[in-house]
Amino acid sequence: MSGLSSAHSVVEPGIWSKRIAGTLVVIYALITMIPLLWIFATSLKSPPDSISYPPKILFTPTVEGYCNLFTTRSRQTQDYIESLGPPANVCEEIARDRSMVVVGASKYWPRFVNSLVIAFGSTFLAVFLGTLAAYGFSRFKVPLADDLLFFILSTRMMPPIAVAIPIYLMYRELGLSDTALGMILLYTAVNVSLAVWLLKGFIDEIPREYEEAALIDGYTRLQAFVKVVLPQATTGIAATAIFCLIFAWNEYAFAVLLTSGTAQTAPPFIPTIIGEGGMDWPAVGAGTTIFLVPILVFTILLRKHLLRGITFGAVRK
Amino acid sequence: MAEVRLEGLGKSFGTSRAVTGMDLVIADGEFVVLLGPTGAGKTTTLRLIAGLERPDAGSIRIGEEDVTGLSPAERDVAFVFQQYSLYPHLSVFDNLAFPLKSPARRWSAGEIDARVRDIARMVRIDHKLDSKSTKLSGGEMQRVAIGRALVREPSIFLMDEPLSSLDAKLRADLRLELKRIQSEIGATLLYVTHDQIEAMTMADRIGILAEGHLTQIGSPREIYTAPANLHVAARLGHPHINLIKPGLLPCQSMPDGVRTIGARTEHILVEAAASVAQGNGRVDWIEHLGDQNHLHILVDGQKITLLADPYSGFKAGDPVSVSLKQPLFFGADDRRITDV
Ligand SMILES: Nc1ncnc2c1ncn2[C@@H]1O[C@H](COP(=O)(O)OP(=O)(O)OP(=O)(O)O)[C@@H](O)[C@H]1O
Ligand SMILES: [Mg+2]
Repeated sequence: MSGLSSAHSVVEPGIWSKRIAGTLVVIYALITMIPLLWIFATSLKSPPDSISYPPKILFTPTVEGYCNLFTTRSRQTQDYIESLGPPANVCEEIARDRSMVVVGASKYWPRFVNSLVIAFGSTFLAVFLGTLAAYGFSRFKVPLADDLLFFILSTRMMPPIAVAIPIYLMYRELGLSDTALGMILLYTAVNVSLAVWLLKGFIDEIPREYEEAALIDGYTRLQAFVKVVLPQATTGIAATAIFCLIFAWNEYAFAVLLTSGTAQTAPPFIPTIIGEGGMDWPAVGAGTTIFLVPILVFTILLRKHLLRGITFGAVRK
Repeated sequence: MAEVRLEGLGKSFGTSRAVTGMDLVIADGEFVVLLGPTGAGKTTTLRLIAGLERPDAGSIRIGEEDVTGLSPAERDVAFVFQQYSLYPHLSVFDNLAFPLKSPARRWSAGEIDARVRDIARMVRIDHKLDSKSTKLSGGEMQRVAIGRALVREPSIFLMDEPLSSLDAKLRADLRLELKRIQSEIGATLLYVTHDQIEAMTMADRIGILAEGHLTQIGSPREIYTAPANLHVAARLGHPHINLIKPGLLPCQSMPDGVRTIGARTEHILVEAAASVAQGNGRVDWIEHLGDQNHLHILVDGQKITLLADPYSGFKAGDPVSVSLKQPLFFGADDRRITDV
């Protein structure tokens, strides 16, 4: 073999292509991370720093944004503040510097918990139902299977918000407005079509012989499903779960429309954080930063599966 | 182990008939091989016996029991599939233990462990018990697949071309081992293959399948020396049996109504002829296969192929005289004419 032909191996990219590809990926990653870093930086600024122009790259970090996010404060006279004992914690200290006292917890934490319950609840339901439906479509002779699958997909063909008004009216009649159950059902309904389609692809790829072998070995269909199909579908299930979770976690329009009080999630709540004299940008930054954490953790935990999953089973082993 | 009895078994997929009117009795402890071309219905027959397909007609008995309507789990059979034989998410040990861990069997962990180790030794895979099943070589995977069937002592083993994806050497090794294991434990075994050497060397009886019909069943010797028809004759023998018209070659005592003569190496006499005029054919070419040669002879434009001793001294172009001795005769319906 001459040097030329071995330098251009078909499967192994050359050293220069690797370097160029690597550089491009790094540049792209940096660009996409700028907004995240900006939000994080804002969360550590003081309110005046956060709106200064030109923006400050270097500033003295403070946890004021986080304090403002989690507390409600009221303005008091200097005399009253001086009459109080020493501040109990750092938030109290910051508040007093601004002639205020902490009067209680803000609603951010309950809203955040709502988001967790609704997003993870609907993701679990969508993936659970999606797996069963996909298995059924993949393995059994379902009458009108193709039409049913098309129908399921067709629910995704218009933007969900197009049906906002009927859903709003339905929810009002059924008493589902502003309930966690209502939001879980809604997000599940939107996600389940995606879940069925994605998972059917993955389950189709698992040869039936494995289940048949298990049936012959004395397992029931359900046991074979749990012992043989599920372990091999983990990649697909993980990928599907992340897609569903990202949608439910970030969903804004329905959340604004259907929740206002007890079931409100974090996305509609964050923009309502108002400080004195307009938006409290550090608090908004802090709220957004914390909001990003669960999805970040979830994605990192399932990263191994996701990477293989988004190739849609093309490279399974 | 038990006797397995198929009576009038039939199965169609839509309009295509995969198996029709299959009658077959596999005796307790017998090794039966089904041989047939692709699409003949071999896999379908095994799947019917295992309960993975419902027959349209006929019945299946295992031992005393009619199992035609039972689920796979209730039939107590073991199956080695044509491909995808191991669970990729389990280790070798867990693959072997999987049938024993079924909730239907109540084995203790200790019993399972002991049994798995026994079987692993038997199929010579005990050094790889902790490996992931996807990290094995093809031959090792096939050993585990066979081991997975063996752990259970079922009433019958069904094996669907278990050695087909292996190279020739491994296939030969595993063939011997499988035969050894089968006679050691006295297993009833129904084995499907394309490979006539596997069929000839392992089988107590061979069943020849064509287009869903069981054309003939008998000992390897019977199938080879007394094929029921042209199809069966063409399935066995290497090189392929020569099919020639009567009258092409000299032959004593030919019965009436012969349309085709089947001649294998042992039915053909070849002698060197002094000149082209004295002989009736000539050597076309000689194929060297190492331990043996294939001799291709042209007689009147028809090619005849037979095995030859590498030291026979024939060269391409040599004139030869060819004659037949007690070949196989086939009538107009392609059936063999037996009263010679
Ligand atoms: N699930 C099925 N649906 C439709 N047709 C089928 C099905 N399974 C088998 N067939 C048909 O039945 C016939 C017999 O198939 P079978 O798999 O038994 O062949 P085989 O003898 O095992 O062939 P091979 O040696 O290629 O494995 C074929 O014509 C095949 O197309
Ligand atoms: Mg087959």
